[in-house]
Amino acid sequence: MTTTEVPQETSTSYPMTRECPYRPAAELGRLQAEEPITRARIWDGSTPWLLTRYADVRSVLADPRFSSDPYRDGYPTVAASRKMRQDRQRPSFIFMDDPDHARLRKMLIGEFTVRRIETLRPLIEQTVIELLDAMEAGPRETGSRLAGTSMSTDLVQAFALPLPSLVICHLLGVPYSDHAFFQEQSHALLDLTSGEDTVFGALDALQGYLDDLAETRRRNPADDLISRLGARVDAGELEPSEVSAMAFLLLVAGHETTANMIGLGTLTLLHHPDQAALVRDGDTATVRSAVEELLRVLTVTHLGRRRVALTDVEVDGTLIRAGEGVILAAEAANRDPEKYSDPDDLDVTRGTNQHVAFGFGIHQCLGQPLARIELQIAYPALLRRFPDLRVTVPDSEIRFRDQMAVYGVHELPVAF
Amino acid sequence: MGMKVTVDKDMCIGAGQCVVTAPDVFDQDDDGFVEVLNESPGEGDAEAVRDAAHVCPARVITVEE
Ligand code: HEM
Ligand code: SF4
Repeated sequence: MTTTEVPQETSTSYPMTRECPYRPAAELGRLQAEEPITRARIWDGSTPWLLTRYADVRSVLADPRFSSDPYRDGYPTVAASRKMRQDRQRPSFIFMDDPDHARLRKMLIGEFTVRRIETLRPLIEQTVIELLDAMEAGPRETGSRLAGTSMSTDLVQAFALPLPSLVICHLLGVPYSDHAFFQEQSHALLDLTSGEDTVFGALDALQGYLDDLAETRRRNPADDLISRLGARVDAGELEPSEVSAMAFLLLVAGHETTANMIGLGTLTLLHHPDQAALVRDGDTATVRSAVEELLRVLTVTHLGRRRVALTDVEVDGTLIRAGEGVILAAEAANRDPEKYSDPDDLDVTRGTNQHVAFGFGIHQCLGQPLARIELQIAYPALLRRFPDLRVTVPDSEIRFRDQMAVYGVHELPVAF
Repeated sequence: MGMKVTVDKDMCIGAGQCVVTAPDVFDQDDDGFVEVLNESPGEGDAEAVRDAAHVCPARVITVEE
């Protein structure tokens, strides 16, 4: 594209400030009813399209005439920090179109089948038990109360973050001892307010580490994902730099997403004791349904899927021109009243859900079987171990992650 | 006039939604691509199969009724 897009007039800006930390901004609901395809101003002053209806969001995400390539003119970048990262980072397939995307993704889908992930169940269950044991053994609350039998901790640090981090490190082949390093670096990357030094520092540290690990395992393979990718390098199917880019994507995509589903999901359940009881005492089917419902209402990837039109496309009567950016507000689509009855109600028994929390189309989350199984194990295990689990501060004192690429809570002080 | 299920395996992206949704009818091979276990599922599976076709992100499942 040689022409520079002239920003359009619009009174809408995106993202919008939430009135309530547990639901997307009310304005999104109004747009959905009245202006389902509109323009919205974003951080850099540009005015991409903003789509809020379930049907439109799905149809664009499944349409190959829209690109995921952030290097294309018109692509609506999430934030300045994301743009810096993009300029420095090796591209991974989440930011590619087919056929390049398909070539790389297909090398991994065998690793993430429902059946393969099911073999990780014992490991995940064991990890959960150990983390809960550590919570239980943690320092006792020092208070003046005589019956000071209550324990307290930050659930995010004690449980929500380490679980997915340990699992993904295991899967990839990252030694246990390095997982704290990963947690730190990926946090810096997902903080939208990070400055250039922080972003570049974290990127270079992670990429350097993964390059070394990939090379070590290529020469001395172990039974892990990064070694299997190393074999593909030897077979001439992959460049060494592509291996570490894939490993990087898996680490970052699979870590804070699942962690925030655990943190914010637990908080949400604790606000709905009847629903929490269903998850605690329910059968497998109830737990499965509850996880899908939490994915739907929380939609932790809260800043919309981002695409740019490759050609002129008419969506539901609106012409989107080649080179124009599009934001697909999945957090709004997941509460579209045309799709869901009582969309703002948390109903863990909702059953058939069909949410777009994992996206839709060719980029739909590769790690979803893993995310699902982690959540299906984590919520009931936590609620069963600590039937008296409660949040120790009011909502007004909880720091919600509005400024992060993945929504959730920074800390969750709990007693049990 | 039962149900007939076909898939375009070349276009499958291995997200496994079908397996989660209708495990009696869909599976994934070792490389992660969809496999139809039962091309003519009975009444009992019909709703799950329709649901699977709806959630398949690559829209490769076709159901004829
Ligand atoms: C509850 C947790 C998770 C949520 C909410 C989530 C959400 C998403 C979403 C919305 C996308 C689509 C991106 C787009 O359309 O541009 C995506 C893609 C992806 N996710 Fe997840 N994810 C989660 C967990 C995981 C895990 C555990 C892994 C892997 C270990 C993972 C790996 C990926 C990868 C590799 C992609 C890119 C797929 C592609 O471009 O083909 N995710 N995820
Ligand atoms: S849901 Fe669709 S894309 Fe996913 S494994 Fe099944 S057929 Fe393939």
